[in-house]
Amino acid sequence: MSLIAIIRIAFKSLKRNKTRTFLTMLGIIIGVAAVITMLAIGQGAKKIIDDQISSMGTNVLSISSNFASSRTTARAEAGTGTLLGLDDVEAIREQVKGVRYASVLVRSWGQLKYGSQNWRTQVLGADVDFFDIRDMQMEQGYFFTSSHVRSGTKVCVIGPTVASNLFGDEDPIDKVIRIRNIPVTVVGVLKAKGQSVMGGDQDDIVIAPYTMVLTRLMGFRRPMLQIYVSAESKEMIPIVQQSITELLQIRHRDTSSEDFFVRSQTDVAETSQEVSNTMTILLASIAGISLLVGGIGIMNIMLVSVTERIKEIGIRMAVGAKKRDVLLQFIIEAVTISILGGLLGIVIGLVAARVVSQTMHWSISVTAWSIMLAVSFSCLIGIFFGWYPARKAANLNLIDALRYE
Amino acid sequence: MSEPLVKVENLTKTYAMGDVEVHALRGVDLQINKGEFIAIMGASGSGKTTLMNLIGCLDKPTSGTYSLDGVDVHTIEEDELAHLRNQKIGYVFQSFYLLPRTTALENVELPLLYRTKLSHHERKEMTLKAMRSVSMEDRAHHFPNQLSGGQQQRVAIARAIVNEPVILLADEPTGNLDSRTSVEVMAVFQELHKIGITIILVTHEHDISQYSQRIITFKDGKIRFDSLNPIIKNAMEDLKALPPLEED
Repeated sequence: MSLIAIIRIAFKSLKRNKTRTFLTMLGIIIGVAAVITMLAIGQGAKKIIDDQISSMGTNVLSISSNFASSRTTARAEAGTGTLLGLDDVEAIREQVKGVRYASVLVRSWGQLKYGSQNWRTQVLGADVDFFDIRDMQMEQGYFFTSSHVRSGTKVCVIGPTVASNLFGDEDPIDKVIRIRNIPVTVVGVLKAKGQSVMGGDQDDIVIAPYTMVLTRLMGFRRPMLQIYVSAESKEMIPIVQQSITELLQIRHRDTSSEDFFVRSQTDVAETSQEVSNTMTILLASIAGISLLVGGIGIMNIMLVSVTERIKEIGIRMAVGAKKRDVLLQFIIEAVTISILGGLLGIVIGLVAARVVSQTMHWSISVTAWSIMLAVSFSCLIGIFFGWYPARKAANLNLIDALRYE
Repeated sequence: MSEPLVKVENLTKTYAMGDVEVHALRGVDLQINKGEFIAIMGASGSGKTTLMNLIGCLDKPTSGTYSLDGVDVHTIEEDELAHLRNQKIGYVFQSFYLLPRTTALENVELPLLYRTKLSHHERKEMTLKAMRSVSMEDRAHHFPNQLSGGQQQRVAIARAIVNEPVILLADEPTGNLDSRTSVEVMAVFQELHKIGITIILVTHEHDISQYSQRIITFKDGKIRFDSLNPIIKNAMEDLKALPPLEED
């Protein structure tokens, strides 16, 4: 007898028990929906991290003082020892091959004032190269120039968050704001970049010439510098990283060897990806367990259904159903339940993912891969958990089945 | 004379009920020709239902031979038995055995679903034809629980003949019906017999057996009597003699 005929029989039987069919399906629907949503959130988190990492700029290396070493910290406080210095930037720029841009970076905080508006934010002091290293773009105005840097002019560019908080709808260009009471002219507004890897707002920022920041805002004798470098190509990153490390080791020989560390963008990326992968696996396995429970639900209902339908099976056999026909009918019923449940689960999962992304403002990403995983998994569950009840049904003795009350 | 439709020789059937062996059939020889209408009588446990199950290919004999329409049933495999049940045998049970929550039409169609090489149209035609021959075509879309006992049994008869079987077996078909409905059902059997269907009917009611041509009586797993019925009653006429009911 043809498979199509058995499929027809299985469908008729499912249609006869709509409530039971739906309740059985519910386990699979919830399981698959959970898998889809969880994977969508996990994948979304991964995608955000990818985007953020590329927003850090391309082929970027950062060199920082190693404050994990207590000796470095003590020296910094005492104002002795060799922290990274401005001369190190020059040395890297001149001596390391494969460096396209290099910029010093100093970090400071300050209260900003414009008219009656107040805003407290991060003030970065940087060189002109920083603009290219971080792949920044201007919304309005221009980035400060090297002559501004040389003369320590009181100019700055501001991020969109700062612009909207201080100026509202007003045009910020050429307006004078006060940073810790020092009047600074806004020459440009940066294009929005969104959240950073660590979750901070990359647009809540003021960037000014480092010369100005060092002299006017910080006044440290030996400020804590970071150096940002961009390599000429991705392939150059490890070579540049190696050369910088060697160069700085020579330059800082008089103190302990490792008072700085060089981190590449890839290092940051790898750590973040690892975290998000772990999270995705965790979420997916929780969802997977619910899918498994759904499968056991199918087996449970199918077993009950076999017992309940012993007489029906007897009748079917009496009118000519073979063992194989009964076996296939029950397996097809189970598989149909799980596939239909799977499809409904996908729809509900997609909707749930959309709702989550809109209410929680999380980015989500549904991949064809996760849909295929959910569908094939639910199909397998149908066959796996349908097999035992189906075999039980097929092996019933005809006479006993007919007489069963 | 041509080969008999059913040929049973020295058929035995033994069940194990716990430790006790029950000899349901102790050597039965029987021949049934095409076109016969036979009633099998006997007390409970006399072996009549066991014989019906064997003839109906629902069960396999312990020993002996059985051939149906030229097929040696005692030698064949389970799947072929299923095929025989589907193609050559129609079975009517005492308690109807209709699928619940399934329309009369779909119940009648059931055996055809297990048959290959039938188009949707052919299935519909055969189903309607069977329903017409038991006068149930206007109840086609009723569920079993919306039908009376007699109507349910007629649907069950339609299901039994839908595949145009060589033999129609009925195991106490009137056992769950009142006397008037029983006569109605017997009228259906007599009509089917008229158009050439071979019928074997198990009953323990003497009245019912009187509608058949030949009566076989069982006792203790053996045939006790096997004789032609001298006065065959006509169910249609009996029905006219019965007082009419307010509703059918």
